[in-house]
Amino acid sequence: MIRLRDLHAGYGDREVLAGVSLDLGPGEMVGLLGPNGSGKTTLLLAMAGVLAPRSGSVLLAGRDARYMKPRERARKVASLPQRAEATFDLGVETLVLLGRYPYISLLGGYTAADRAAADAALAEAGVEEFRHRAAGSLSGGEFTRVLLARALAQAAGMTPPVLLLDEATAALDLARRMAVSQLLAAKARAGALVVSAIHDLNLAAQFCTRLVFLKAGQVALDGPTAQVFTATNLTDIYETPVAVAPHPVTGAPQAFPVPAGAPGPGAPAGPR
Amino acid sequence: MLATAPNPHPLPFRPGVLGLGLTLLALVSLPAACLLGPYPVAPGEALAALWPWSPPGADGVRAVVLDLRLSRAVLAWLTGAGLAVSGAVFQGILRNPLADPFTLGVSSGAAFGASLAISLGLSGGFWAGIGVLPPAALAGALAALFAVLALARAAGGFGRETLVLAGIVVSTFLSALISLVKALDEESVAGIVFWILGSFQGRGWPHAALLAPYLLPACALALTHTRDLDLLSLGETQARLLGLDAARVRLTLLVAASLAAGATVAVAGVIGFVGLMVPHAVRLASGAEHRPLLLNSALLGGTLLLWSDALARTILPGGAELPVGVVTALLGGPFFCVLLGRRNRRLA
Repeated sequence: MIRLRDLHAGYGDREVLAGVSLDLGPGEMVGLLGPNGSGKTTLLLAMAGVLAPRSGSVLLAGRDARYMKPRERARKVASLPQRAEATFDLGVETLVLLGRYPYISLLGGYTAADRAAADAALAEAGVEEFRHRAAGSLSGGEFTRVLLARALAQAAGMTPPVLLLDEATAALDLARRMAVSQLLAAKARAGALVVSAIHDLNLAAQFCTRLVFLKAGQVALDGPTAQVFTATNLTDIYETPVAVAPHPVTGAPQAFPVPAGAPGPGAPAGPR
Repeated sequence: MLATAPNPHPLPFRPGVLGLGLTLLALVSLPAACLLGPYPVAPGEALAALWPWSPPGADGVRAVVLDLRLSRAVLAWLTGAGLAVSGAVFQGILRNPLADPFTLGVSSGAAFGASLAISLGLSGGFWAGIGVLPPAALAGALAALFAVLALARAAGGFGRETLVLAGIVVSTFLSALISLVKALDEESVAGIVFWILGSFQGRGWPHAALLAPYLLPACALALTHTRDLDLLSLGETQARLLGLDAARVRLTLLVAASLAAGATVAVAGVIGFVGLMVPHAVRLASGAEHRPLLLNSALLGGTLLLWSDALARTILPGGAELPVGVVTALLGGPFFCVLLGRRNRRLA
C-alpha cells in the first residue's frame, strides 16, 4: 500500500530521513517509535506525499507520490497532523467536513454522502457534542479528537483506508486514549492501514501489530511487536536501561524504564 | 455522560442573519447617502430623482443626485467592499488577522505607480488621468506583490512572518521612493499628496466603470475559493494534507486580492483601515468561515466606506472636504482599541 524506497528527505540544509525503506500493507497497525528528532513526523509527511523526497521514492498504491495531484494523493492517504494550530476559529463541523475536500468537485459543494461521512466520523471520534462549537474553544485533547474525526472523514471510502497519525493520543486522558486506540485497532483489523507515531511505548506495544523504530533518520528496527519489543532493543534505541515485562491482564509486552543505580533487570528484586 | 457545557464563545450572529442585516443596511444606505451634500436638495426631490419611473423633475436636481451623489456613493461602496474582501483574503492566506493590502506593500506599490505617473506628467487632463493612473497603480501593486514574494522566497519561504516582514521592507522602500518623487518634482507635490491621502472628491461614474472590471472578477475569484481559504487558514501542511494545491491557489488568490486592492487605490487613492478592520469585526460577529466572511466583509466594508465618505464631504462647513482616508483612520483608531480589548478578554 505504502512503499518507501531509500527515502531521503529533510528541511533546508538538514537531512532528517537518511535512507528509509519500508513496505506497509492493509490490515497493519504500525507503531512508529523512536527518540525525539528521530524523524517520525518527517516520515509521516513524506508518506502523505506533502514533503518531497530528496532522493528515493514514495509509492502510494503502486504510484509515485511525486506525480500524483494533491487531491488524488489526499484520496489515498488520510492524515492527522501534529501541532495543528488554528489561526482563525472555524466551526468544528466545518473543520471535519474539510476532510471531504479531496472528494468534492472543485466548484460544487459537499454531497449528502460527504455529510454522512462527516457525521459518522464525528460519532466515531466521540465529538458529536462539539459539532456546533468553535474549534478555538476546545481543549487540546478535544481538538485532537476533532482532527481525528476529520482524518476518519477523509479516510471514509478509501480502499483500503490509510490513516497516518502523528501523536493522536498524546493529549488525551486515559479513557479517551484507550477508546481511540481501540477504534484504530478495530479499523486495522477491518483492513485499514494505520500508521501511528507514538511516544507512549506501552500503548504502542498494547495495540500495534508491527513496530518500526526510527533512530537518526533510519529504520533501527522493524518487526512484529512480540519480536522487537524486547529489553535489549529498547535499551539500545533509547540509550537508557529499560526492562520489559508482560501486561498483567493482556500479556502484551510493556516497557519499564529503569532509573540509574537501580538493580538491573537480572538482579534480585531487593531484600526480602 | 457529562452535560454539554454551554459554548464559551458564543458568536453574536449567525452568518446568514448578519448577511441579511448588512444587505438591508446597504440597500438603505445607498439612497440615504444621496440625501447629503453641499448643494441643497430637498429629501423628497432627491428620492424622486433616484426613482427611475418618477416624472422628470428639474434636470439640475437629477444631475446632482444621480451624477454627483449616487455615482460617488456607488464608487465608495464598491471601493469599501473591494478593500474589505482584499483584506480578508490576505488575512486568510497569511494566517494573520493583522495582514491587509498595506502589510503586504501592495497599496504602497499602487501608490508609487500612480505617483510616478503623476510626476511624469502622464495624468494631465481628465481622460488621460483615467487612462493612465489605474494601470500604473495596478502595475505598481503587482510589482510590489512579486517583489514581496521574491524577497520572502529568498528569505526561506512563504511563512507568515517572512511574508509580512518582506511586505514591510518593500512598503518602507516604496514610501521612501514616493517621498523622493515628491522631492524631485515640486510641481506635482499637491497632486500626489491629495491623491495619496485617499478621497472620492470629484470621482464618479467613469471611476466606478474603471474599477468594476478589475474589482468584480477579483471578488468573484475570491468567492469561488472560499473553501480553499478555509484550508489555507489552517496552514500549509494541513492544507496540503487535505489535497489543496497550496502554492497555486495561494498565488491565484494573492494576485486576485492585489488586483482588487490596486484597482481601489487607483480610483480613490490610499484608504487605510477598511481592509484591516472590517474582516476582523465580521469574524468577531459571526465566525471565521470564509464564504460568509467574504460576503459579509464586502457588505460591511462597502457601507462603512460609504458613510465615511458621507461624513468626509459634509462635516466641514462651507463645502470643504476631508480626505476620506482621514475619516477612516479617525474611526479606525478607537474601533481598533475596542476590538483589541474584546479580543484579549475573549482569549483570556
